[in-house]
Amino acid sequence: MSAGYRNAAAAAAVLLALCAVPFLAGKFTTYLAIRIMLLGIFAVGYNLLLGQTGLLSFGHGAFYAAGAYGLGLFGVHVSNNPLLGVAAGVAAAVLLALLVGYLCVRHTEIYFAMLTLAFGMMVFSLVWNAREITGGDDGLIGIVRAPVSIFGMARMPIGKDSQFYFFVLFFFALSVWAAHRIRHSPFGLALSGIRENARRSEFAGVPVRRYRLAVFVVSGAFAGLAGSLEALLESNARPFMAHWTHSAEPVLVSLLGGLSSLAGPLVGSAIFVAMREIIQRFTENWMLGFGIVLLVIIMGFRGGVTGTLSALFRKAPARERG
Amino acid sequence: MQSLVHVCLAGLSNGMFIWLVASGLTLIFGVLGVLNFAHGSFYMLGAYCCFTVLSHLGAGYWAGLLLGPLAVCAAGYVVERFFLRHVYRIALPYQLLLTFAFVLIFDNLVKIVWGGGALSPPQLTFLGGSIPILGRKYPVYNLFIIAMGPAVALGLHLLLERTWYGKIIRAASSDREMSSAIGVRVPTLFTGVFVFGTWLGALGGGLAVPYVGLLTPGMGETIIIEAFIVAVIGGLGSLKGAFVGALVIGVMSAFGTRFFPTFDMFLIFILMAGVLLVRPQGLFGATR
Repeated sequence: MSAGYRNAAAAAAVLLALCAVPFLAGKFTTYLAIRIMLLGIFAVGYNLLLGQTGLLSFGHGAFYAAGAYGLGLFGVHVSNNPLLGVAAGVAAAVLLALLVGYLCVRHTEIYFAMLTLAFGMMVFSLVWNAREITGGDDGLIGIVRAPVSIFGMARMPIGKDSQFYFFVLFFFALSVWAAHRIRHSPFGLALSGIRENARRSEFAGVPVRRYRLAVFVVSGAFAGLAGSLEALLESNARPFMAHWTHSAEPVLVSLLGGLSSLAGPLVGSAIFVAMREIIQRFTENWMLGFGIVLLVIIMGFRGGVTGTLSALFRKAPARERG
Repeated sequence: MQSLVHVCLAGLSNGMFIWLVASGLTLIFGVLGVLNFAHGSFYMLGAYCCFTVLSHLGAGYWAGLLLGPLAVCAAGYVVERFFLRHVYRIALPYQLLLTFAFVLIFDNLVKIVWGGGALSPPQLTFLGGSIPILGRKYPVYNLFIIAMGPAVALGLHLLLERTWYGKIIRAASSDREMSSAIGVRVPTLFTGVFVFGTWLGALGGGLAVPYVGLLTPGMGETIIIEAFIVAVIGGLGSLKGAFVGALVIGVMSAFGTRFFPTFDMFLIFILMAGVLLVRPQGLFGATR
């Protein structure tokens, strides 16, 4: 029980520190923090699928794009209320995830990875080609950050990045809390069971395929949320969001931070965004640098940052005693 | 009718490239059990190395086609011998991500060495003309490509089914432990197969140099997706499936480009979804 309190206290401290960022840091740092939270939402949802259930998807960029284009099209054609827009984006992502997931969860392992990859690229080529609706390779432009209002009351402007930051922080906190609850729910435990031994779970009465579909859709919803928020941040939606190299980002981030904890993908997101910025400042070749880091992690530190750190801390007292 | 024939010819030559890439991919998957994301990068490296031999060393196209892919084999050797070999036993995501790391590295290396812009190779003199087919000019080189595909397929078939090496490769792919127990040096064999698969992909890249006209650092990323789709439709690990799948995809995308230009890729994905719903193991895959 005390560990639970300690985690809650740590989470509260982090939340407080995050609240202080726009007041203490400059514009660029605030922007970076927003990007980290967006990737964090994307990755923390994604890791429910990869870390918790053991399914490797290479197509979640499609749901990210569905969120972005859902919000964008809703904003351009219906209403520019950001809350309704985010809801529309998430709804679009969920619908797409249901459709794609239904076809993909029949398979596991390599087949699953390839299928999700292929369907992700299908969305990419659709968005790329349907120029009349999506703006094609120029992206969907004209997305505005209108003030947040609930039933016309309590208008809160989010036009500046320092204001929008809190809008993102709200959804970020909500996402992390939701992911935490899912991980520790009976549903989440059943997912771990499926990861460890799908057949045994099936014998124990878990409807494996339906659970896989459910977590696929849930992680798609997180991706859609992140995508719709990015559309608001950048005021556009781009086909690249659905590209498979973008789908690989949450995989890399989860791996970088560690698959087996809630904090893993979040730590990974922070490192990923920071590293990209730092490497890009010195050289254009950030892909090379990241590829090498990835190689090192896979060859030597498969627990990621959090896994390696916690292993270190667990080992240290044992050595003292010995 | 005439235009239909031309669309079919364009589809066949497209399909042959996909087949050359998919054959290496399928061979590596069938034997090593690893799905190699970096295979598209080998295709790209093959094209760039061939280009360099052609334009800088002043050699002819045949020399480029011979030397370029051989140079890429060195990259394939390094990837398997020093990295992939150590991850056969660990979870699948790590294997896939290891090959993905090489996609990042190779794409970036190509940008460093050859620059980020598109390169256009010199005009071919040999096989460079065109002959009239049903009233329209058709490049001889495309016919050469259409012939190369089945030639490679036949070669692979003979290698795997009729030679001593083929027998060993088949044995090792069906039971690693047993083959190792009867004295097959499985790790060496795996390295050999991986390098051979690399060569096939790079050969596809080398052949693509006069065909695609422009070389760009992203050219591997597109073809690897098509090769994956082909592998899924044909049945993962089945060379016969990859051949048929590549033909189907090539011809279908040519028809798509001709008649539904907005949704050309979309048709292929619909086909893939359809195959998966009806025959999840692919056209020639074994039932699991």
